[in-house]
Amino acid sequence: MSENAVIELRKVGKWYNSYHALRDVSLTIKKGEKVVVCGPSGSGKSTMIRCINRLEAHQTGHIIVNGTELTDDVKAVEKIRRQVGMVFQNFNLFPHLTVLQNLTLAPIWVRGMAKSEIEEIAMMYLRRVRIPDQAHKFPGQLSGGQQQRVAIARALCMRPEIMLFDEPTSALDPEMVKEVLDVMIELAEEGMTMVCVTHEMGFARSVADSIIFMAEGTIIESGSPAQFFENPKSERTRQFLGQILEH
Amino acid sequence: MSKDSIPQSTAALAASFEEEPSQASVTSLPGGVTALKPFGWARNNLFNTRLNTALTLLCCAILWFSVPPMINWLVVNAVWLGTSDECRAAAGACWSIIVVKHRLIFFGTYPFDEQWRPFLACALFVAMLGVSGVRAFWRAWLAGAWALVLVAMGVLMWGGVFGLTHVPNDKWGGLPITLMLSVFAITLAFPLSILLALGRQSSLPAIRSLCVGFIELMRGVPLVSVLFMASVMFPLFLPEGVTVDKLLRALAGLTLFTAAYLAEAVRGGLQAIPKGQYEAADALSLSYWQKTTLIILPQALRMVIPPIVNQFISCFKDTSLVTIVGLYDLLTAATVATTDPEWRPFFAEVYVFAGLMFWIFCFSMSRYSQWLERMANRYNRR
Repeated sequence: MSENAVIELRKVGKWYNSYHALRDVSLTIKKGEKVVVCGPSGSGKSTMIRCINRLEAHQTGHIIVNGTELTDDVKAVEKIRRQVGMVFQNFNLFPHLTVLQNLTLAPIWVRGMAKSEIEEIAMMYLRRVRIPDQAHKFPGQLSGGQQQRVAIARALCMRPEIMLFDEPTSALDPEMVKEVLDVMIELAEEGMTMVCVTHEMGFARSVADSIIFMAEGTIIESGSPAQFFENPKSERTRQFLGQILEH
Repeated sequence: MSKDSIPQSTAALAASFEEEPSQASVTSLPGGVTALKPFGWARNNLFNTRLNTALTLLCCAILWFSVPPMINWLVVNAVWLGTSDECRAAAGACWSIIVVKHRLIFFGTYPFDEQWRPFLACALFVAMLGVSGVRAFWRAWLAGAWALVLVAMGVLMWGGVFGLTHVPNDKWGGLPITLMLSVFAITLAFPLSILLALGRQSSLPAIRSLCVGFIELMRGVPLVSVLFMASVMFPLFLPEGVTVDKLLRALAGLTLFTAAYLAEAVRGGLQAIPKGQYEAADALSLSYWQKTTLIILPQALRMVIPPIVNQFISCFKDTSLVTIVGLYDLLTAATVATTDPEWRPFFAEVYVFAGLMFWIFCFSMSRYSQWLERMANRYNRR
């Protein structure tokens, strides 16, 4: 395993029955690195990111997160999930719990933290995502943008070393995208290791250390934003950029 | 977005009523106008087409011919406190049979002079059920109170201590049997059904097929035969000399049967939970049981309160089938009351009364479930 790598994928393969979703995906992400993954739908980018905390199980190859290899061993999976936060496209907040309860549930039950202690930390994160006044509301009473910011705060309350974002702004109304991206940019500035599946190319250009372009279950191209946007190597990338940057 | 969804939705509901002048405003408008409104409403809703006019007239005719005789039988011509001879002479219902036989109906063959004991036990039990339904009392002490009440009920029913004579439970009957069988069966079946529903979704094939097999077996067999099996066949498998109480065997049969049906209701709730809820819980590193008890079940059970209570009500009424294994529930005790030759002609009154008793308990459950549903889903909006 290479120096400083916190996430390493080696020739990872995955099938859904006969459908080959990931083909020999290899990737190394260093501590503090911000990686944006893009590509057309069905390219395997969500599958790949979901393999990193084993919401999906890979079938061939190796995935090593923070020095622990992901296998069927439940202990290893739980250990990695404690270190990896995830934000979903559809927020997936727990609707029967208040915002504050959403944030404190896992730290209390998984990390065994005292309620008063974690509630203070949770309020700190809610202030950082700028919705401390919503702490005692239920998710259903919040806007999409607010819900996604709660979801980010919920993941952060577990004090993760790595954050995974699976299309965090795709389900949002356009006017709410910015408030979520602003929070993510702040997080990036603090040095969080981030892997983000997104089509927000402005975000990618300004925040990412490297951009990965996937299609048909493989990584077609990866490089710095400058190289990726100004001088893409493959024809497939140029075509994708042409489509996505047209507007 | 919405600041407070509940007041808003009630306001919307109220608004929708106000928009419908034909309904709500009939009662709300002041004096003079009210008199005119019902006619307008009737014209618009009951006599607006030829078919509706015909149906309205038909319904009126049915009511005209059925309701007055019913009221005459139930109330006007009824005998309330008379002798059986007065009853025979009267054209109405003979409620004196209830007055004369009520202790047999309520307490069955329990020794007559000791019947204050089952009465007290039932009163305690019903009071405790009532207390348990109030949200403000959902505290740790409630469990302790239940333990005390159950011990007190056991002492009252069985006796044998504190100078109470011993009454073996084959002498029990009537309301205590119905209440205890149904409440204990429901209380035991509910957690069992949750385990069965979870097991049915398990990724372990052995557990899954065991649960599916049990549920399908119980659902495929009439309750009567389950009770027979529990009562007659089960003892055959026990070693010589070991006996399990008849009441306990019936309770076990009723519990397993109810659990199978409840499990299917619970499974409906589990299946309605979006996949994202499981994934979010997994991503937070919650264990299976943490995920299930903290995230999945609280949402799933709220969704299936109506079918669950439906099964509770069904179970309550199913207790009347334990008569086939020789237990005297409320309905059986009522039937026994009609076998007295002096009062034999008045069995209908006894059944009406027994039906009323069942209805009171079932209707209470139904009303309670409506309140529970409103309370539980108050904030559960997506």
